[in-house]
Amino acid sequence: MNKVFERALYPYRRSADQDAAAPVRHPVIVVGAGPVGLAAAIDLAQRDVPVVVLDDNDKVSFGSRAICFAKRTLEILDRLGCGDAAVETGVTWNLGKVFFGERRVFEFNLLPEDGHKRPAFINLQQYYLEQFMVERAHELTAAGKPLELRGRNRVTQVTPCGDHVALDIETPEGSYALEADWLVACDGAGSPIRAMMGLDFVGKVFEDNFLIADVKMQADFPAERWFWFDPPFNRGQSALLHKQPDDVWRIDLQLGWDIDREREKQPERVIPRIREMLGADVEFELDWVSIYTFQCRRMDRFRHGRVIFAGDAAHQVSPFGARGANSGVQDTDNLCWKLAAVLNGSAPARLIDSYDAERVQAADENILNSTRSTEFITPKSEISRIFRDAVLDLAEAHPFARPLVNSGRLSMPCAHDPSPLSGPDAPGMPARTRPGAPAVDAPLGNGWLMDALDGGFQLLGIDADIPQDVAHDGVAVSTLRLSTADNPALRERYLGEAESAGYLLRPDQHVAARWHNHDAQAVGAAIDRALGK
Amino acid sequence: MSSLETAPNIAGPDDFYAELLAAHEGLSKAESDALNARLVLLLANHVGDREVLCAALAAARAATPPPR
Repeated sequence: MNKVFERALYPYRRSADQDAAAPVRHPVIVVGAGPVGLAAAIDLAQRDVPVVVLDDNDKVSFGSRAICFAKRTLEILDRLGCGDAAVETGVTWNLGKVFFGERRVFEFNLLPEDGHKRPAFINLQQYYLEQFMVERAHELTAAGKPLELRGRNRVTQVTPCGDHVALDIETPEGSYALEADWLVACDGAGSPIRAMMGLDFVGKVFEDNFLIADVKMQADFPAERWFWFDPPFNRGQSALLHKQPDDVWRIDLQLGWDIDREREKQPERVIPRIREMLGADVEFELDWVSIYTFQCRRMDRFRHGRVIFAGDAAHQVSPFGARGANSGVQDTDNLCWKLAAVLNGSAPARLIDSYDAERVQAADENILNSTRSTEFITPKSEISRIFRDAVLDLAEAHPFARPLVNSGRLSMPCAHDPSPLSGPDAPGMPARTRPGAPAVDAPLGNGWLMDALDGGFQLLGIDADIPQDVAHDGVAVSTLRLSTADNPALRERYLGEAESAGYLLRPDQHVAARWHNHDAQAVGAAIDRALGK
Repeated sequence: MSSLETAPNIAGPDDFYAELLAAHEGLSKAESDALNARLVLLLANHVGDREVLCAALAAARAATPPPR
């Protein structure tokens, strides 16, 4: 078992706040130091917004948990300074195989488009990602950025007070109080903050149990995603095999609803199941076992006054499609520049409402996709199973049926349309880079477009004449002049039928507006709109 | 824009009907149900047009007899 679980990465240290005469006020407090809370903290600190992270623990999470990180998340991690570590350690995969009973019915290649810095997906244990993010947080703190990670600080009470939030916090040395202008709750599916605020919500519980196991083996399985419907070693159910770093393999076995969970978790039950799946001659070691059920649900609103919910605290999906951690990191990508703009006075507080509008849209998209995958993988009625099996029986010989096979639609970023922040679109340009969509990477000389984006508002001029400097109402806008002659992929991804283009990008790299030609007044209006003015 | 063809469109309707039943001959109820599902999927893909498919789904649903 990996030793990283045992090490306190952000051990409890007494803070001066604990000895203050009155509760100290911080601009932003983040609750939870999982991937979502850490992404929020790093993003805010990089934007020079002082941030305190409170976590009831001081270690990375136990077990591999989220293992599949999508390209958009990797691009965000690049912006946060942890992308290289994740990709270097992670396993890159493209090939998926689908089995039905004893037969392999087809295989698919994610066939990532050329000309992107990052692959479609990597597999990486959540604890590795958390470790890289904690290291990055420490690095920022050491460089003088205003980020404080407080381990073993458990929030016991949260009191919204109009223009701020009051918190009571329990530590190994007793309790203390803090105040925050904004509280970002990234405290997971069981969110204590949500419960303390009486905002708990009910959702659709899927009546199924899944056994999740990490198995260590030096076996000859390729770095592919293998998915079984109704396999001989798990009749009537499903199974998944996926490779992680360090020769660790993720095995996911559907168990059904009426089972004895404690009994199914015992190694004497688990090991024979896995032996049957991998073959009698494969030697393996059991690293971690857990049984889970899941729900698909979201809060009505993600913003409640000065308290903002992100990640699993705000929305939960089935695990099929890797939409949990990916969408949580994307929540923070959407939120942090908005918080920074509100706190530095360049945007009104209502800009934060656009976080709610945009990320509720994303959550609904993720819930819809993962619910459909769940229905295909675990049919809930006789007719649903008949059609599911018909699709699988046809898929081997008939290509048309393969796109109907749904073993998880893997996480894609949400294009926010309509978004209250989006400005005008122009005709004849590619749909994939329309206002609301995230920028699409492209090679730039020896580098990448995504690496040339600087985390602020940015104006791209593609075969277009744009000024060197654009400032609007005190908002800095950097400019990037690009030519399709030097970088041909830009034509297909950004111009389409247009001869030239100006793109205004938001600080989260989503397109705010685009035009055929530069127009300073239109850019100014689009910036105002993107700032919620 | 195409619409769902509901006027007679099959030459030799009796022959087609016989072929449809022949395809099910000797199958159990479960096997027949599975065959029907495969047939629906094959034909739906052949049609392709989502508007026509929606109209067909609605027409099939509308012909559900009242509970007897």
